Order: sequence, then structure tokens, then C-alpha cells
Amino acid sequence: MRQDGRLPPPQEVVERALAVSRATQGCVVIVSDTSEADVRFARNTTTTNGTRRERHVSVASFVGSGDGVGVGVASRSGVGDASEIDKLVSASEADAKRARAAEDEAPLVVPSEVDPSFTEPTVETGAPVLAEVVGGLAGAFERARAAGRVLAGFATHQVSTVYLGSSTGLRRRHVQPGGTLELVARSDDGTRSAWTGAGSAWFDDVDLLALEERLVRRLSWAQRRIELPAGRYETILPPDAAADLVVTLSEAMSGRDAEDARSVFSAPAGATKVGETLSSLPFELRGDPHEPGLQCAPFVIAPASSADVSVFDNGAEIGRTIWIEAGRLARLQYHRSAAQRSGVAPAFAVDNLTLELPGASGGLDDLVARTDRALLLTCLWYIREVDPHTLLLTGLTRDGVYLVEHGEVTGAVNNFRFNESPVEVLARTVEAGGSERALSREWGEWMARTAMPALRVEGFNMSSVSPAI
Amino acid sequence: MAESPSFAALPLEALCDAALGRARELGANDAEVRVERIRSQLVALRDAMVETTVDDTELAVGLRVLRRGSQGFAATVELTEEAAARLADEACAIAEATSSALAVPVVLAEEPVHGPDVWSSMYEVDPVEVPLADKVALLEDWSRRLLAAPGVDHAEAAVLAVTEDKHFSSLAGTVITQRRVRLRPVFEAFAVDSETGSFESMRSLAPPAGRGWEYATGDGWAWDDELARVPELLAEKVRSPSAEAGTYDLVIDPSNLWLTIHESVGHATELDRALGYEAAYAGTSFATFDKLGSLRYGSPVMHVTGDRTVPHGLATVGYDDEGVEAQSFDIVRDGVLVGYQLDRRMAAENGLGRSNGCAFADSPMHVPIQRMANVSLEPAAGEGPRTEELVSGVERGIYVVGDKSWSIDMQRYNFQFTGQRFYLIDRGRLAGQLRDVAYQARTTDFWGSMEAVGGSSTFVLGGAFNCGKGQPGQVAPVSHGCPSALFRAVRVLNTRAEAGL
Repeated sequence: MRQDGRLPPPQEVVERALAVSRATQGCVVIVSDTSEADVRFARNTTTTNGTRRERHVSVASFVGSGDGVGVGVASRSGVGDASEIDKLVSASEADAKRARAAEDEAPLVVPSEVDPSFTEPTVETGAPVLAEVVGGLAGAFERARAAGRVLAGFATHQVSTVYLGSSTGLRRRHVQPGGTLELVARSDDGTRSAWTGAGSAWFDDVDLLALEERLVRRLSWAQRRIELPAGRYETILPPDAAADLVVTLSEAMSGRDAEDARSVFSAPAGATKVGETLSSLPFELRGDPHEPGLQCAPFVIAPASSADVSVFDNGAEIGRTIWIEAGRLARLQYHRSAAQRSGVAPAFAVDNLTLELPGASGGLDDLVARTDRALLLTCLWYIREVDPHTLLLTGLTRDGVYLVEHGEVTGAVNNFRFNESPVEVLARTVEAGGSERALSREWGEWMARTAMPALRVEGFNMSSVSPAI
Repeated sequence: MAESPSFAALPLEALCDAALGRARELGANDAEVRVERIRSQLVALRDAMVETTVDDTELAVGLRVLRRGSQGFAATVELTEEAAARLADEACAIAEATSSALAVPVVLAEEPVHGPDVWSSMYEVDPVEVPLADKVALLEDWSRRLLAAPGVDHAEAAVLAVTEDKHFSSLAGTVITQRRVRLRPVFEAFAVDSETGSFESMRSLAPPAGRGWEYATGDGWAWDDELARVPELLAEKVRSPSAEAGTYDLVIDPSNLWLTIHESVGHATELDRALGYEAAYAGTSFATFDKLGSLRYGSPVMHVTGDRTVPHGLATVGYDDEGVEAQSFDIVRDGVLVGYQLDRRMAAENGLGRSNGCAFADSPMHVPIQRMANVSLEPAAGEGPRTEELVSGVERGIYVVGDKSWSIDMQRYNFQFTGQRFYLIDRGRLAGQLRDVAYQARTTDFWGSMEAVGGSSTFVLGGAFNCGKGQPGQVAPVSHGCPSALFRAVRVLNTRAEAGL
């Protein structure tokens, strides 16, 4: 761990804050140490590059009031000495004392076992993690210039080490590494463009050359240009584009919103659509902290409450959570307090997402080979909700739309604006491949750990043509 | 409106001297250091109960260096001279490490040395000093008023307050301390049909503003009036018919048009985008550099400025994050593209002389990049038409009020927007609300169809806290002023039909 004699060890911050806490109903402390390195490039040259080290400390104080428990949360970056910790605790307690009784009140989580890793130091990253990619960029730029291509992209790697402690004895630690590499290649006349990206925990499995070759292949598909009008098309979504839509679907799984009749999963009279069939295919959509290659925090880390997240739940175990099972909506997201009110089991947000069709296999190329005529997308962009009631989304196809005819890509098609609901997309999916690691172009910065299959969807609504390339 | 004593008490000069001194030793040609404290508070209520509170302080130091034509950036939350000096080593190291792939050395446009200077945005009450309990009390009052109204089943109310203190120092000698304050109060009412499970909502039209807590209590916006009107307007919306898709003339209120300006003009006229520096993320632009001075962007009544000086603007500063003095400049004049938004690199690379001051970093942990000025559409000269007069000139159309959903492509051609309220215009008069409306157009077609702009009495400064750009992602606040305006023959969609219903 980088101490430099200045910032105290994160464990000391946790213990100091808990020791000075006078909150009558308890205290939770979260220390998050994050390091990051990134390299950005465009026009076949590097542009902005950086490294950063950050500590963020949140203190949640719980104070009894006449009719419940008031909560105050204060947070700040840095926190260098005991007096700063004490100030943060005081600030959270002052807010808690003046707060109304919290609607999400629940008993603070009690540890079931000791987390032996809590005493271990922060894990760091830095520019050397990106050295191989950076080393390969000069050659990639040379090849691009020689072939009339212009490369742009971004490589970033981050490691966060979170320490969570509570007055109930919780001591937990989680190390979250993660990184992405994105590449865009455009022909130098601006008439063709292609994107590819990869998510990775430690960048040791990122192959710049392989990604570059994928771009070259896609640009070659675009040598033949085909103009198609707006309309509904059979469409193949590669895993990355599927992630663009499925992440949005998962964001709509608020139990509270559904019960308040404000979501696509609302049913009449305050009921929800849990149990209803969303797809005739037996899809499973899940989050699992232990999903191979997509590991994420196995306990709740909540610096603030929201509709389905509660600071009272900090430290609660997160297990394998199946949102859609055999094509049916299996559950919605609830914190413990809301779950108790609604008579359901709590279901916490999980920081990864896997969509799988049991028994499906094969990749994108296999799906293309079995397709008579369809659009093949690369990724989706600028996705925004138009109507929460139907979860109608609008957005654009970007950096590569291709026409598949008789099992082969026959050319590049213009871009489209789509108006579609991911719920309808699941319902109209007629075939899926095997699930593989995917990177959502639109949401990857917030949800980088996804695994998705390629999907073949009937009647995808391309609302208008976009001349953008 | 003063420099924050607690911020001024930090060892600002010592930190900057340590970072810049070490950068100089390492051979940096240019270096800029920012010590920055950002205090942000969010209070959000749902049905008059507190759902979310955030009370956060970010305090850190960031250093950008330019060494042998390569940029490097490093940042830390550790506020010691040793850590600040180490930033120079780290920034120079990554600049060196990436220089092997550097094809075009970075050059920054010249800028006079400024300061020492102290600048503050215009506000009366620092909103982050107002106790959270007071914020909760105000939002509870708003929520209860909404919930007490007939037809309102749920209500949300929230306020986001940010106070930003920044100390900038450069190797060239510029030294500036700035304070910016901004506030985003908002409420939304929901009506539910319990039999069908369907619902409608309506949000306040109040824009976020570069103002203090006084804005939430009535200075700059008539909250009481809007709280009283929204339930009736929502009830009317619930009863209103679904729109028929087709081609309509649109009169667009400033509460909606600001966002169309943001997406189709603001982003399209960022020179870094137009040149391809955002090709991997935010996108490029149809308004390419070769079209400067010739591109017919819109009709002759279209005049658009970039401005970092307008009072209460969310992008208003004294100096930008490269130490460039705030300016106002033309982007579109008489419907023709005449200017771009620039940072120092863009200005130097393209022979445009001085930067017009559009560099910004949303955090001391992030490097400054070219970000948007307050990009605004000018009202008609003189008194100009009122909104009612614009409506009176429409045989069959829709009056669009308030922003909601928005999306535009990566070259800023094709966009789609919805809104909070849509009124049918029938023979020059408003004829009740419509539901399920979205308008869709190509940028130059749309602005080319702008027949008239309203007068200054219709002008409103709208905006947002959350404009995204760059990698790592950065979020910038920005304002856009505009009058009401009349557009002919715009494509209107029915969103339920788009959903296949």
C-alpha cells in the first residue's frame, strides 16, 4: 500500500471513526482507496494521459429519534489525520440528529464471520499495467497511417480497495480491479468507421493486435455501401450491443418503482409483473459476485440510500441473484426494509450482469452464418428512455451496421435511430448464441462486467436514417 | 460573494510551488496545477420522505504538464508538498511513457499571464452552508403541497447544491482563485391509473442556475406559482389525447429548446470533436473545420454565441482551467457557422490565435479538456414577438414545453426530443394538451426551418448539471439561453406507436 507517511492506513481510518462515534444506533464507515491510469489517443497519436490516486471516506451515523432512526451520511476525499476523521464523524452525527426517521430503517448488519483480508493493504495499479498496450500503439498507428485508417481510443485501468467497518463488528474488504480498451478505426476519408472494445480485470488478457484485426475486418466489410430506409428489420445484436440494451433493462428493475406504478414492470393495483413471461426463450439474467471473470463485491457497499439501496444494508451478503429465470421475471430489486414491507426477499444490486440462454452455444459468426437476411449491428449509442411505462428507448446504431445475406456479410449499411424497448427485444428474440464477455459501449464506464450472447431479433424498429458515420 | 476563508487557509501556494518547481526541474515546457475543493449536497425526497442524502467534499490537487510535446496528468488527494512534487514525477513519467506513440506534439496557444486574481460567481447564500435539515424542510413542504392536490398520487422533490473553490497556478505565472456556486432544485408530480397501472408525470420547468440558496426560496423562479399549477396541468395531460404522428409546425418554449441547442449546436461546434479528437467516445461533428465561414447552419434569424461571462450561467467563470480569461464569441451569425469553441491546444493547432476559454475539468482528479461555453440563441432584435404571437402564426402545430428525453447521433445530425407538455395549436390558438409526442429532425434542416425567434421577453437561461464528455468521463454544468422560436414542418412521432402499441 502507498502510505508515504501521509495518509493513514484505511483500517486506522475505519477504527478511529468507529471509536469516536457517539451515534446511539450505530455507525458504518466506508473507506475506498482507488488508483487509476489511462491513455487516450485520437488521429493516430496519443492525446491525454493520466494517473490518479484517491481516497474517499463515508461515515453513516444512525441516531434514535422519537419514531425511528435518523441517518446522517458525510463523505469526503482524502482524510489525512485524526482530526479530519473526527470532523467527518461529527458532521454525520449532526445530520443524523436533525434527520427525520428513515424510511429504510433496518437493523445494522451483524457479521457472520471474520473477514481475514481486512488487515491486508490497499492494492494499487499504475501506468505499467498499460505498458504493453501503449507499447503496441506506435505500431498500430503506423499500420493505420499506411492503410489510410485513423485510430482513436482509450485504455484505462483502475483498482479500488474498499474497507467497510461497522459498530456491529463488521470488518470487510473488497478489491475491485477493472479496465477497458476501446478502439475506433475510421477510413481517412471519413466514409467508414468501426469500433471494438474489451473489458478486463488486469489487462493481461487484452490483445491489441486481435482487436486491431477485428477493426480491419469490419472496415473491409464496409467497402460496399448499401443504403437502406427506416423500418423494422430482423437484426443481429452482437454481445456488446446486447449489453447496451440489457444493462438498461436491469436498471429498470426497481421494486419500489414497479409498486408505485412507475415502471415497465408495474401491474395494476400496485402489483408487479414478477412471475410474468418476458420471453418465450428460457433466458436467464443474473448477477453473481462470483461469476468467473466478472467477480465483484459480494456484500453491499452503499454510501447513500436511494429507492432500492439502503445505507442500513451495508455489509449484507450478496449472492447469486437471478432477475429473469426461464424467460420469466423472477424478482425485482429491494433493500431489506422495502422487501419486508412488500413481503418479498431482499434483492440487492450486483455489479455484474450475465444474460444466458441455457444450452445455446456458438458465437456471432455462427449466428451470422445461420441468418438469411438481417442487419448486423456493432454497438448502440446515446440511449435514452423515452417512455418508462414501456421502457421505450431511443438511440443510434454506431460504428458499423452491416447487411447479412445468405449467411454472409455483404456490405455496410447507413446508421439508424432506433426506438425500441429492451423488454420487447427479449420478447422478439428468436435465437441467441453462447454468452461471452461483453463491453457495453454506452454503459461500460458504469457497468463494465457483463457477459451476453449475440441475439437475433425480429422487427427491430429503426425509426429513421442517420447520415452520421 | 467572497473567497472562502477555509479554502484560502489551505497551503495553496506551497502545494502549487512544490508541483510547479518539480515540473520545472524535470524539464516541463508548461505546467498548470489546480488545488480544488468541490462541496456537493444532494437531498431527494419521495412522497415527502427522505430517500437520499449526500454531503460530500472532494479536495485534491491535479497537475498537467507538457514535456517535449507530450501531455501528462497526475492527481492525488494527499495535500502535502511532497505529494504535490511527486505529481510532477508521475505526470512527466506518463508523458514520457506515451511519447513513443505521439505523432503530433502538443502546442498550446499563447495566453497573457493573469493575476493574482480572485473571482466569484454571483450568489447570495452559499447553498452547501444551509443545513440539510432546512433543505429537507423546504422539499417536504413542496412535496406535501403536490400530494395534497387532486390527482397527484406520488411526488418527488430534490435539490443538488454545489460550491466549487479552485486555485490555479501555472508555470507561466498565472495565479487565480475562483469560487463558483450552483443549484438545481426540482420537483415532479405523478398521476397513476390504478386500474391499468399506467401513469403520467410532470416536472418543474425551473432550470438549474449559477445561483445560491436564494434561488430555491424564490429569487429567480416563482416556485409557489409552479407548485400550484403543475397538478392542474398534470390532470389535463392525463385526460389529453394521444398525438397523431405527422408533420407539424412547432413553437418551442425555451424550457425545451435549450436542450436542442445544447445537443445540435453546442456539441457540434466544439473544435476537438470536429477534428476527430472525440471520435472514440462523444463523437465527431458534421460541422467540420473546412466549413467554417460557409456552412449554412440555419435560417438567417439564427444567431448563436458562446459565452463564459453571462451572470448565473453554469459555465460562467472568470478564467478557464487553462488560465484563459473568460470571453464571449460568435458561433453562428445570420445562420452561418462562424466560430468554434476552443481550448489552447485547439486554438494553436488550427492557427486560430488565442483560445476562447473553453477548457474545463470537472474535478481536480481530471485533466482539463475542451468543454462547452454557455451556448445561447439570441432573441429577436428590438421588442420581438411574444410566444403568443409566434403561436398565432401557426395553422396546425404543437407548442412544446419543458425537456424530457433527448438523443442525438455521434456527428450531431439526427436528433429526437420529447418534453413535459405538448399543446395542439389549431388555427393560431392553443387547443389543449397532447400526449406521447417526440420530435425528430436533422440539425441543419431543423435550424433552417426556424422562421422566427421570440423577443427578449421570452428569453430564458436553461441548462444542465450533467453534460458528459471525455474519457475518463467528465460531467460539466452548462447553461443555454434562448427565446421561444417557431419551426416549420418538423417530423412528430407518436411514442406509443414507436413502441409498437
